[in-house]
Amino acid sequence: MAASTPLKGTSLIRSLKKSRVEVIAALPDIVTCDAILWPITRDADFTLVPVCKEDEGVSICAALSYCNKRAALLIQHTGFLDSINAIRCIAMEYQLPIVMIVGLQGMEPDRVPLDSGKLGIRILEPICAAMGLSYKVLTGENHAALVSESIDWAYENSRPIALLIATTPTGDA
Amino acid sequence: MMKRDQALEILAEHIGDTIVVPVFQSAFDWMNIRPHPLNYLCVGAMGQASSHALGLALAMPNERIVVLDGDGSLLMNLGSLVTIGSRRPKNLTHFVSHNGIYEVNGRYPIPGAQSIHFDRIAKEAGYAYTCSFSDLDELRHEIRDVLAMPGPVFVSLHVETGKEYPTDYVTIHSAESRDTFRTAVRRRMSGS
Repeated sequence: MAASTPLKGTSLIRSLKKSRVEVIAALPDIVTCDAILWPITRDADFTLVPVCKEDEGVSICAALSYCNKRAALLIQHTGFLDSINAIRCIAMEYQLPIVMIVGLQGMEPDRVPLDSGKLGIRILEPICAAMGLSYKVLTGENHAALVSESIDWAYENSRPIALLIATTPTGDA
Repeated sequence: MMKRDQALEILAEHIGDTIVVPVFQSAFDWMNIRPHPLNYLCVGAMGQASSHALGLALAMPNERIVVLDGDGSLLMNLGSLVTIGSRRPKNLTHFVSHNGIYEVNGRYPIPGAQSIHFDRIAKEAGYAYTCSFSDLDELRHEIRDVLAMPGPVFVSLHVETGKEYPTDYVTIHSAESRDTFRTAVRRRMSGS
């Protein structure tokens, strides 16, 4: 997998702020918890809404978008799969700017998601393609700029986007 | 037992131009009883009304947000009671019409139709105040106080089907409904 150094959690969080994201709806995910969710939990610039199930977060982000408030949903790929109906209707058919940051739990470091030995990971990109859902696969720090670009694109065009986090981001040393 | 449309008519008498998130059969009733640009009709997937309402409550902490849920819908998103109960938005009032059936899906009974107490679940989940009504006069007498209480408030309405309004799925999923609400809510937020 071509990447520079691993994606830094601080870079992703900086991108969220650059794109004026105020609210994070989240369920813990082993890929993103240490370097992204915990720091966001301690960061007063964000309103964190812990949800019990990922589709709640789709709806919370949708409602906020009507009010000109930017939000992001931080979840695991299993929760993404579990929320497909909400994503299908609320994000895709309603054409709302739902930003999903999706940790690929169990992703092998020497493979790309399409070549993963894990069915739940291997089917993610085809599912996004089948729904017409835009997505980016993020692995290294050289992809950090895509976060802000993707969020701005979603809100400027009122379209959802999934950011698939394929390697565990690093925290501050 | 109250008829749902009668209960909603009482609510409409007291609710003014409050933002309301109604779901499915309650939405079909409500958009006829109180047609208004601040009706948030497009909740999309079944069960999601309470979560949309939480998003609105977070965006506008000084605006009362009322959600008109269904019992079958709420069963699909019971976790939202805990999410809301943990977040404790003071401006959210959550009604559920409890008639014990999936009304727009063949009138089939919901699980636990005779035994479940949504208001008790909401209380344990952390709502600030919970209550239930099965008598129309009692609802009429209490509704003003209920709507004035700091939330999150949960109200279980034990109802039976009343007047049958048309099941207008086209409107509740339409781009026009979303644009209407978006324009109205942004105008409300700007104070114009």
